[in-house]
Amino acid sequence: MSPTAEMASTTVTWASLQPALPEIYLTAAICVLLLADVFFGEKRRGLAPTLTLLILVGGALVTAELGNVSDRVLLFGDSYVADPLGQLLKLFGFATIALALLYSREYLERRGMMRGEYYVLALTSLLGIFVLVSANSLLTVYLGVELMSLSLYAMVAFDRDNGTAAESAMKYFVLGAIASGMLLYGMSLIYGLNGTLNLEKLAANPPGEPTLGMILGLVFVVVAIAFKFGAVPFHMWVPDVYTGAPTGVTLYLSTVPKIASFAFAYRLLAHGLGGTVDTWQHMVAPLAVLSMVLGNVVAIAQTSLKRMLAYSAVGNVGFILLGFAAGTPQGYQAALYYTIAYVIMTLGSFGVLTLASRKGFEAEDLDQFKGLYKRDPWLALVMMCLMFSTAGIPPFIGFWAKFNIFQALWATGHYWLILVGAAASVVGVFYYLRVVKLMYFDAPGDLPTGNPNGLAVRLVLVLNGAAVLALGLVPNALIQLCARVIG
Amino acid sequence: MQGFGLLSLLTWLPIAGGLVVLLLGDRFLRGARWVALATSLAAFGASIPLYTGFNGGTADFQFVEHFTWIPAFHATYYLGVDGISMPLILLTTFITVPVIVAAWTVIEQRPAQYFAAFLIMEGLMIGVFSAMDSLLFYFFWEAMLIPMFLIIGVWGGPRRVYATLKFFLYTFLGSVFMLVALIYMNLKSPDFSIASFQNLPLTMHEQYWIFIAFLLAFAVKVPMVPVHTWLPDAHVEAPTGGSVVLAAIMLKMGGYGFLRFSLPITPDASRTLDWLIIGLSLIAVVYIGFVALVQTDMKKLIAYSSIAHMGFVTLGSFLVYDIFAAHQSVQGAGMGITGAMVQMISHGLISGALFLCVGVMYDRVHSREISAYGGVVNTMPKFAAFMVLFALANSGLPGTSGFVGEFLVIIAAFKANFWYAFLASMTLILGAAYTLWLVKRVIFGEVANHHVAELEDLNYREFIILGALAIAVIVVGLWPAPLTDAMEATVQHLVQQISLSKLSP
Repeated sequence: MSPTAEMASTTVTWASLQPALPEIYLTAAICVLLLADVFFGEKRRGLAPTLTLLILVGGALVTAELGNVSDRVLLFGDSYVADPLGQLLKLFGFATIALALLYSREYLERRGMMRGEYYVLALTSLLGIFVLVSANSLLTVYLGVELMSLSLYAMVAFDRDNGTAAESAMKYFVLGAIASGMLLYGMSLIYGLNGTLNLEKLAANPPGEPTLGMILGLVFVVVAIAFKFGAVPFHMWVPDVYTGAPTGVTLYLSTVPKIASFAFAYRLLAHGLGGTVDTWQHMVAPLAVLSMVLGNVVAIAQTSLKRMLAYSAVGNVGFILLGFAAGTPQGYQAALYYTIAYVIMTLGSFGVLTLASRKGFEAEDLDQFKGLYKRDPWLALVMMCLMFSTAGIPPFIGFWAKFNIFQALWATGHYWLILVGAAASVVGVFYYLRVVKLMYFDAPGDLPTGNPNGLAVRLVLVLNGAAVLALGLVPNALIQLCARVIG
Repeated sequence: MQGFGLLSLLTWLPIAGGLVVLLLGDRFLRGARWVALATSLAAFGASIPLYTGFNGGTADFQFVEHFTWIPAFHATYYLGVDGISMPLILLTTFITVPVIVAAWTVIEQRPAQYFAAFLIMEGLMIGVFSAMDSLLFYFFWEAMLIPMFLIIGVWGGPRRVYATLKFFLYTFLGSVFMLVALIYMNLKSPDFSIASFQNLPLTMHEQYWIFIAFLLAFAVKVPMVPVHTWLPDAHVEAPTGGSVVLAAIMLKMGGYGFLRFSLPITPDASRTLDWLIIGLSLIAVVYIGFVALVQTDMKKLIAYSSIAHMGFVTLGSFLVYDIFAAHQSVQGAGMGITGAMVQMISHGLISGALFLCVGVMYDRVHSREISAYGGVVNTMPKFAAFMVLFALANSGLPGTSGFVGEFLVIIAAFKANFWYAFLASMTLILGAAYTLWLVKRVIFGEVANHHVAELEDLNYREFIILGALAIAVIVVGLWPAPLTDAMEATVQHLVQQISLSKLSP
């Protein structure tokens, strides 16, 4: 880099910071929330959730209006990048977390978890995700991953008197720390061999056969990504943490971090280490296949709906990784689309779980959903749409997600991956249909009827279900948006 | 652009009506019922211009609608009909009306949702038959499974969960491979329209794989031996309306798929593998005929009879290559395909009517076992007359629709190979045997028990629907010309199309 360019990139003016406004705004807002809660939180119990929602709405507006960038803009010594992909993921992050917190509000309140700190942790994890989404250097990647993960560990353990939650937080923390160690080690190898932390410069390396050291570095990085995604064989924490955490937290855990995992894989593998795609493709493909097969097969044997959805998450991660295994922009687009579709669907399905719970009744086991159509018709209808969608059946969005992946894989000639993917989705249909069967074909028994939640929340959930249908009927806009931001 | 919007109307009107019925719910059951009936009648009424405005002199698609849908995938909202799909759409709108009427007061559990499910399914099925874009076709094809899954699962018999899961998984497994084949062809062609796939040059190797992928999807749907096992279960457990729609329309989608996709897209693979289809069809006709003979459950018997009759459809569709080979000309080669088409329409009417007849008895006695009946004619003379008529039509009596299709296919089989015709003709014996034996045991003889003794004859509602079906069966049987004329040009075009090899010389 020439001296003048270096000067230009180190001179910071207010105007030049504009692309980083979402992060700056969020940091300031976290401070405001923290202070407001300290001073007024005891007296006004609803303050934290309401203020958080306002912050998220404001953040979305700021990002949409002022975070506009038409091209890649580098900041902070080239360690930060603002681009259309980042903007899309940040906007989507705001929306996802807002819905997740909205659905879980009453759940948290009933369990005494609706405290200012919980919402602060949620926002800091979002900040971590934003940093990761905009990372352009190995260090920024690491910073984002850690900020997000540490907040999530604390959120899982937030219900302090809950033994299982504490246990799963511990499990999550230990395994997450190992993954971070792996990541750091892999990064150190890559840095040592290339002499730069900057992803842009790494990407500029001429493609070719990587050295043994580089391959070793790649292995560690891929393992870390697989850990965060929860891909087989690094998925051990997923079912335990999903089941152990309070449902409201699982709702958060199963959706928001998936955006981060996509960004993690995209920025690091597809962009920074894109020159070695021929090498890491062969690492990602087996992870994808194992995840799809194991996730979908083991999900059949579950009796707990939470655990079943955890294995379903593993299976779906396999599909996202398939997009990366294609190793082409088309594949990354498909992975992005799949991630967005999956997050929308999972928000809904865990939202149903959260709303179906009530005081002294955790809706966790499959049997607790028997005859839901009679007890709460709208909840059952939304859940049915979501289950068919996740199974990949038109006219819902989940079909296009799988379709996109298959199309990308055909274009690169990965026939076997398509066959395994097709077989895995047929297996998957069985357990999604079983949920529909329980809700619609079985008698309700003496399970509680009605729904204690407010009308507004339930309306939002119905809209979530409607979005899954609407995006399935008219999928073009979102598909083209994904295509545009990946470029 | 003639008849602009008619196909969209036919597709979406029943779906919209279904949603209204769903919203009215069981609280406003009277309203929901009448809305359901009005919607199905309106859809039938709207489908009549499809016949009257149809130009039978051309094989071009008519009533075409073409809009952008997913530019990202080059998939379009492309609807149209030709001589193959138009009769099937009419069949769909026609059959849905008796299904709604038959369920009028019979369904006690969640009736509004029952009506809504059938209306939504009607719209989706019309979508399948009118889609000219393969992705749109697949979209409707799969979406249709959802209402059927619920119909069997919610309103079905004791083993409904097993039956409906089996039905769903079988069909889904088959169609996933079709999707994979469609995506593959799209890589080589400019868009997803069926026409551009039909014009796509494909090597023999490619054609084999695509043919097999289509075969998996369509063979399950038809269903062909050996992937037919879901059908008896689904039929036995489904409520009356579910059985009717399943037999009358959903099975036809497999036959339609062969004519629309397999034959024109992979003509050379179809030529080399036609022995497979013909063999499986003859097994269906003969072996399944024997299986039907030993059934003790009326619905199961009719289900097996459906498999045997659908064997004629697949047989007729794939005879074309042997007729080429035997006569060295395309003249007369279309007879098998015409026969297959007539057989599909006729079987739709007859099997639908037979399932409705079983439904009429089941509503009164709550048993499907043949042994639970006997001497029904003594207490239900009007019903017995209808049942005997449909049974005779099912065994192919001249003058009924059942005769026309079977006769055309058997003649075509004679042109191709004597032994094909010999085996296919077995149906004249077997079909008559199992159907008439069923009638003998159920309808005739002494009054078997007090249930039968207490039977009441048809009410006016049942009389109207069975009467309408009886008229349709006889009209198609006596005067099939309007039907065959409408499809003549399309069938000739199809024969031309599949007689040309896609391989470069």
